[in-house]
Amino acid sequence: MTTLTAPARPLAAPEDVRPTRRRLGPGEPIRFGGLIGIVTLLAAWVVGSATGLLDPRTLTEPWTVLQTAGTLIENGRLQESLVTSGIRAALGLGLGVLVGTVLAVISGLSRVGESLIDGPIQVKRSIPTLALIPLLILWLGIGEPMKVITIALAVFVPIYIHTHNGLRTIEGRYAELAETLGVTRGEFIRHVVLPGAMPGFLLGLRFAVTSSLLALVVVEVINATSGIGHMITLASNYGQTDIIVVGLVVYALLGVTADAVVRLIERKALSWRRTLAS
Amino acid sequence: MASYAGELNPQQVPAVRVTSLHRSFNEAGGVLNGLDLDIAPGEFVALLGRSGSGKSTLLRALAGLDRGVAGTGVIEVPEKVSVVFQDSRLLPWKRVLDNVILGLRAGDAADRGRQALAEVGLAGRERAWPHELSGGEQQRASLARSLVRDPQLLLADEPFGALDALTRIRMHTLLRNLCEVHQPAVLLVTHDVDEAIVLADRVIVLDGGVVRHDTRVELDGRRSQADPAFARLRARLLTELGVEDDHDAVPGRRLDQRVAS
Repeated sequence: MTTLTAPARPLAAPEDVRPTRRRLGPGEPIRFGGLIGIVTLLAAWVVGSATGLLDPRTLTEPWTVLQTAGTLIENGRLQESLVTSGIRAALGLGLGVLVGTVLAVISGLSRVGESLIDGPIQVKRSIPTLALIPLLILWLGIGEPMKVITIALAVFVPIYIHTHNGLRTIEGRYAELAETLGVTRGEFIRHVVLPGAMPGFLLGLRFAVTSSLLALVVVEVINATSGIGHMITLASNYGQTDIIVVGLVVYALLGVTADAVVRLIERKALSWRRTLAS
Repeated sequence: MASYAGELNPQQVPAVRVTSLHRSFNEAGGVLNGLDLDIAPGEFVALLGRSGSGKSTLLRALAGLDRGVAGTGVIEVPEKVSVVFQDSRLLPWKRVLDNVILGLRAGDAADRGRQALAEVGLAGRERAWPHELSGGEQQRASLARSLVRDPQLLLADEPFGALDALTRIRMHTLLRNLCEVHQPAVLLVTHDVDEAIVLADRVIVLDGGVVRHDTRVELDGRRSQADPAFARLRARLLTELGVEDDHDAVPGRRLDQRVAS
């Protein structure tokens, strides 16, 4: 009868007894984790300025920067500079992406093309594009063509390298399949080569966007007559820290936006991929 | 199975004619050493052989995929040849229907592709990505891709080798039905003796780079492993392959054999 009178286990929670191991990975992701560092930095800036720890001559107060941005927008200088800089970067980026992709496809699909193209590009890669600016100024003057071509030269290398690599890592069995299906060279490029090289191309594009902004800053600061860089250079001459900071913020926004756009394209274009991240 | 068994009679022009085929990958020795083979239109031939016996080499030669391999001989194949690989080889960046009709030059390609997918039991999965399909479904999609081209010769290199046993049985039934409808000549490379007997009109054993054994499968109706004729053929083929079907043998004997081989 002891079995009947024995005190019953509390009915509340079903038992959960299991062996556990110490976690070695980073664990659960934090919500909005990417923003925390940025917010902390901004807060430090606000506090530093408010308490007087940050000299306004070193770094303007955040509210002054906002005010200056407002004024610059009101008199139209900021928009005008942004449009000029944006068009410059877009033209250079577009030209560089086009040239880089075409060269990568030619060099990836033909041995003759590879022999002719790959060597010079590897040499070009070892010369920083910015070191070419003096020569480009001699050849093209200090006008827009020089600026666009400098940006394009900085852009096409990462596009070429990553697209070429992506193309060369397409598995040979897909080429074999295409051969048995009797597709033409054009169809092969359109249906197999380009989509297969797309992950590499998009990685290259992310590097390319960063390179294009870097080149943009340099060409605008060196030979400025318009654009964000020109605005910053002028402000530097007159000791206007607030305008410089506004210019830097705009550069940052340009970079972040461009990166977000590339990542969006990546998500759309690579929806066929099932990776660890998904 | 007699309904789709192409009978090889002397008047008929064979779909495939291979004469004195040599292929070698290095100086040490040939993989194929003067192989002769005829396949009649609509005939289903299974090709058995040990690893390294040249099965895949022969199949790749027929598919025209052995560029750069040294060799001689004459190969005559039909104009329309389709290949089914061991992996389904679907392009991961194309949806299933686009994979099926890749390179198909016809106005109604999409309709024919849809029809082919329905035939292999994948109706409604046209817009799926390949990675969303199971292994068996992927292989069915690759069968659809081959059949939508109305091949006169279907070359299959261990197409079911990577599938689990149950899926494989289902695929056997499907392939048999499809061949009855489309009537291509088939050359199926396989390791699986049972698969060969279940599917084929004729079983060929390759050894030392030549056809060592060539037998017709004279089994009527549903081919069942319970049929004593099935078992006899199976035992004979296994012997040809140098394997003794010795599940009932005493363990000691098996060990000895393994040491000997």
